[in-house]
Amino acid sequence: MSRTFVGMPPFPTAARSSTKDGQLRANLTHATHTIRDKRAKAVAELDDWAELREAGKRIKDHTLRHLDHYLEQLEASVTAAGGQVHWAADAAEANRIVTELVRATGETEVVKVKSMATQEIELNEALAKAGISAYETDLAELIVQLGDDLPSHILVPAIHKNRSEIRDIFQDAMGRWGRPAPEGLTDRPAELAEAARLHLREKFLRAKVGISGANFMIAETGTLVVLESEGNGRMCLTLPETLISVVGIEKVLPRWQDLEVFLQLLPRSSTAERMNPYTSTWTGTSDGDGPQRFHLVLVDNGRTDTLADTVGRQALRCIRCSACLNVCPVYERAGGHAYGSAYPGPIGAILTPQLRGVESELDASLPYASSLCGACYEVCPVAIDIPEVLVHLRERVAEGGGHRDGHRVEGAVMRATTWLFDHPAALGAVERAAGAMRGLVPRRLPEKLPLPGPAKAWNDSRDLPELPEESFRDWWKKREQRGSGE
Amino acid sequence: MSSREQVLARIRTALADVPRESEAAPDPAAVPRGYRTTHTGEDPAAIRELLAENLADYRAIVHRVGDESEVAGAVGRLLAERGSKTVAVPDGLPADWLAEVAAGTERLAEGPELTARRLDSVDSVVTGCAVAIAETGTIVLDAAEGQGRRRLTLVPDHHICVIRPGQIVASVPQALPRLDPRRPQTWISGPSATSDIELDRVEGVHGPRTLEVVLIDD
Ligand code: SF4
Repeated sequence: MSRTFVGMPPFPTAARSSTKDGQLRANLTHATHTIRDKRAKAVAELDDWAELREAGKRIKDHTLRHLDHYLEQLEASVTAAGGQVHWAADAAEANRIVTELVRATGETEVVKVKSMATQEIELNEALAKAGISAYETDLAELIVQLGDDLPSHILVPAIHKNRSEIRDIFQDAMGRWGRPAPEGLTDRPAELAEAARLHLREKFLRAKVGISGANFMIAETGTLVVLESEGNGRMCLTLPETLISVVGIEKVLPRWQDLEVFLQLLPRSSTAERMNPYTSTWTGTSDGDGPQRFHLVLVDNGRTDTLADTVGRQALRCIRCSACLNVCPVYERAGGHAYGSAYPGPIGAILTPQLRGVESELDASLPYASSLCGACYEVCPVAIDIPEVLVHLRERVAEGGGHRDGHRVEGAVMRATTWLFDHPAALGAVERAAGAMRGLVPRRLPEKLPLPGPAKAWNDSRDLPELPEESFRDWWKKREQRGSGE
Repeated sequence: MSSREQVLARIRTALADVPRESEAAPDPAAVPRGYRTTHTGEDPAAIRELLAENLADYRAIVHRVGDESEVAGAVGRLLAERGSKTVAVPDGLPADWLAEVAAGTERLAEGPELTARRLDSVDSVVTGCAVAIAETGTIVLDAAEGQGRRRLTLVPDHHICVIRPGQIVASVPQALPRLDPRRPQTWISGPSATSDIELDRVEGVHGPRTLEVVLIDD
């Protein structure tokens, strides 16, 4: 697979091939169930989880409702602390700014700490075109990069690979990028991690430029915050001379104190830990400690369009914990690649079509890549009502992609149905998702499911469609034997 | 129009539905906060026990000492057991903490010549900390006296961190007001770890693979 999401097939087509991959599905099922169970335990440790979640939601909403104010405040604080702030209206501009900043250092190599924003704008590809090699340093991202592959999960991007596949990738590809894998490398995780340590240390020690994202930015103080586990983040954030952070405008929080909410919500929702092993914070530059040049690139790239949609804007609360992926029956079967963007799973199904619009067949199919079972909403630490946004986006897709608020949902569902019959690919997605869920899905979503707004109206007024007898897998098998394609 | 003006203008247009009551700056303090500031209570001994438990749960190796006079013995012993030949020493580290380090062990004082490359061949580093958080098993370093620049605790493979009783808080909400966001911070919860390979936890990819904590009880 080439390292770009452009030209990805629509979700149902991509899911068709990925669901055939037994290894992939076994890896995914193991991973999602393990993380899901651990998460439930980590959350249960805090008896005020509901209050934390509510505060997280409210702080994010408050910030989004005054986003202009907080971004201006952030800019002033970062500048006062010795950093330089750049604004990018879209991906192309963000890539141009970063490329120029790297060029100005005279370097042709950069080390990167895992960043969803730079994946979204496809920064590595843009840098490569300018003759700059960008090295991913998160272990999973390294696996993905060496394997010329794409990430498939927000938290564990290489979860679709098992240990022997990883060993083969290291053996084949490490030497092309730097220090080769040690002789006789086995597939023991500890040995694989050691190989990565040696391979990457070489790069860390000579890197002059680091590129990061950020989990949070504090308007009041200009502080950036990165959460990670391995220490590759610390390496990228502290050893280079120049640090360039590329961050979506929605990542700002008003005050330092607000971190008390998100540093409790994020690790428990994400890796199911009380706290992730390493959190780094920095405010501009510090004398003699860490990079002496700091650039912050603030990225819009569709976020303001998302903000303009009064139902869809809640997707901007997302703190990328990945909890929604791990409970999603559709994600578990289809895998992350099928979503065709940096953001897979339920959050991808609502965020990607808002960031990119629903003009392409892939993006138009994403709001249908769900059974509306509501599990994603239940686990979301900032209470994003993903089912509500999905239904809302289906309406937009049905109406041809424009922003049209205020239409009655009932009508929209009818229009969506009509549209579906005219668009076999998307219809396939709905049917297949539904088929996969047979036995899991009640005829009507549970009454107690707290679905506000249109999703609730939709749920209250209709039964779920009858699902076909046949199992998802059998149906695939027969279909494949018939040799039918799409 | 610059991209800055363009993005800000787009935001203002997008927020047309949000009433702007006045020209006054929005007040983030007005957001309701019903959560707890601690889940642990106020008893310092209980908080310290919880810290020790949670540090160990995240695979830091915890050593308890009765009071500060016992730190030197513990540090000397840990470096000897590890066979460390070189130890990096941050500015402002209490000199008596290193009083019992074996004579043959080379001490490298923080300074420009202690580059990342040089640190790569250093065996151990000894530091204090700014704050330790019991509920999460977290040590916070803020690069102040006795903690060193960030690279000092990052590149060597073995980190010994000393925690004084007065530095321990119960929870994250109690930790933040004690910390100055203008200082660079590193929050450490257990040693470097990854679960990227089939979710098997492996200790240590890039940060120090061994974290030893000397916890002063009194
Ligand atoms: S939508 Fe919610 S659950 Fe999903 S990644 Fe974002 S914050 Fe986490």
